Amino acid sequence: MKKLINSIDAVEEQMILGLVKSAPDKLCKLDCGNVVVRAQKKSADKVALVSGGGSGHEPAHGGFVGKGMLDCAVAGAVFTSPTPDKIFEGIKAVATDAGVLCIVKNYTGDVLNFEMAIDMAADEDIKVDHVVVNDDVAVQDSLYTTGRRGVAGTILVHKIAGAKAEEGASLEEVKAVAEKVIANVRTMGMAISPCTVPAAGKPGFELAEDEMEIGIGIHGEPGTHREKISSADEIAKSLLDKILADIDYKNQEVVVMVNGMGATPLMELYIINNFVQDYLKAAGVKVYDTMVGNFMTSIEMAGFSLTLLRLDDELKKLYDAAADTPALKR
Amino acid sequence: MDTKKILAIIAAIAKKIEAEKDFLTQLDNEIGDGDHGINLARGFKSVEEKLSTFADKDIGAILKGVGTQLVSTVGGASGPLYGTAFMKAGNVCKGKTELTDAEFAAALEAAINGVKMRGKAVEGEKTMLDALCPAYKALKDGLDAGKNLVDALSDGVDAAANGVEYTKTIIATKGRASYLKERSLGHQDPGATSSLFMLQTMLEVLREA
Repeated sequence: MKKLINSIDAVEEQMILGLVKSAPDKLCKLDCGNVVVRAQKKSADKVALVSGGGSGHEPAHGGFVGKGMLDCAVAGAVFTSPTPDKIFEGIKAVATDAGVLCIVKNYTGDVLNFEMAIDMAADEDIKVDHVVVNDDVAVQDSLYTTGRRGVAGTILVHKIAGAKAEEGASLEEVKAVAEKVIANVRTMGMAISPCTVPAAGKPGFELAEDEMEIGIGIHGEPGTHREKISSADEIAKSLLDKILADIDYKNQEVVVMVNGMGATPLMELYIINNFVQDYLKAAGVKVYDTMVGNFMTSIEMAGFSLTLLRLDDELKKLYDAAADTPALKR
Repeated sequence: MDTKKILAIIAAIAKKIEAEKDFLTQLDNEIGDGDHGINLARGFKSVEEKLSTFADKDIGAILKGVGTQLVSTVGGASGPLYGTAFMKAGNVCKGKTELTDAEFAAALEAAINGVKMRGKAVEGEKTMLDALCPAYKALKDGLDAGKNLVDALSDGVDAAANGVEYTKTIIATKGRASYLKERSLGHQDPGATSSLFMLQTMLEVLREA
C-alpha cells in the first residue's frame, strides 16, 4: 500500500483538520470528533442540514459544508458509518428552532446510525427529520444495503435542499424538496481500478489490466458485473442507457454530473462528457447545466459515475442559488 | 441473577468475542464486508475497559451502559443493532439489582424486539434474529414447563445453534448478503453466529455459579 498518510489511525482526523484549515474563517471542527460545522451558525429561523457517512468520499461530505448547502458533516472511519453519538453531537451543534434535516445515503450502517442519532435528538426535543438518498440504478440490493444505494446524487440533494433551507422554508418544505430531488435523480458508476482502505491495506477487489467493473458503489465493493474494457464512449453509453431506461428524461431539462471516483484525470472526465452531451442531445434530453469533477469519490478508485437530475422550475431556481463551500461555489 | 453475575457475563462475552474475532471476520468475508469480528471486538474491548465503572450500578444501568458503549464504538450495522439490544434490555431492568428467571426472559425478549425494530427485520432473513428468536422461544417454553434457568437457557442455546445451521440453508433476502442471492447459500450468518456465542457464554457463566 502506497499512500500519502502519516499513520492509519490518524487518517480521518488529519483529513478533517486539513479541510477546516483550508477555510478557517468558514468551517470549524467540533472537539468531540470528526464533525465539521459552519464557523457561523445559521439563524434560528432557518432549517439546518446535517449529512455524513464514512470517510474516503472527499470532498463529500465536509467539503459541502457552508452557506447554501450543509450546516454539518459527520465523518466516520474510512467507509464506515459514523456512530450515533457523534451524529447526535453534530445535530445538537447546528440545531435551530426551525429544525434539522439529516440527509442519509442508503447504506444499512448509515441508515441505522443516523436513525439512532435522530431518536437521541428527538428525546431532547430537537425538531429533526431525515431523508434517505437512493440514486444508484446499478443494483436493487447491494452488498451493503437493502434497496438502491445512495451515491453521487446526494450532492445535488445537499445543494437544492440547502438552498431551500437558506430561503427560510419550514422543515416540512425542505424535506419535501429533498424528496423531490431524490425522486428525480439517478446515478450509475463504473471502475477501471479498485481502491485500498488504509486499515485493510489491500484493494477491495482486483481487476485485470483489460477488465472493468460495472455498477460499482462508493465503498470499493464489487459492482454488478465485470466486462472487458471498451472505449470511453461505449462505457458512457452503457451507463447512460441504464439511467435513461429508469426514468423518462425525454424533453426534460436536466443537470448532468460527471463524477470522478478519485483517481480519474479530468482529461478522461471531459472525454466522457464530450460523448454524454452529444448522446443526450440526440436522445432529446435538454442539458440545463453540467458539473464535471470529483464530488463523491471512493478514495483512489479510477472510474466515474454519471448522474442525471430531472428539473422543474423550483429545482432549477434552487440549483442556481448561491452556495459558498470548499468544494462547490455558485 | 444478580448484578455480579450480569457483570461476569458481560466480561466473559468480551473475552469470547475477542477469541472468536478472526472466525467471525472470516464468516463475514464470505458474504459481507469482512469486518464483523473486528468491529464487535473493538466495541466489547471498550465495554470491558468501562466495566469497573459499572460495578455499583443496577442491572438496568449496566445494560444501558453496555449498549451505549457498543453504539459509540462498533460502527457499521452491528453497533446500532447490538447496542439497541442491550439498551432495550436495560430499560426493562431499570432500578433492579436482582432478576427473577421470568424477568431475565423478559429482558432477552426486549433485546430481541429492539433488534427487530432497529433492523426492520424478522426471522428467516439470514440475520442474528435466526439465532435469537428460537433461543428466546426455547428458554420461555423451558421456564413455563418448570425448568430452572440453566436448563431452560441450555435449551435456548441448542435452539440458537440450530438457528445458525438454518442460516446456511436460506438465501439472504435482506441487506448486504441479499446482493449475493444464491451465492449466500451454504454460508452461516456472522450475526447469528455472534449472537450464539453470546448466549453460549451466558450459559457457561450461569453453570459455573
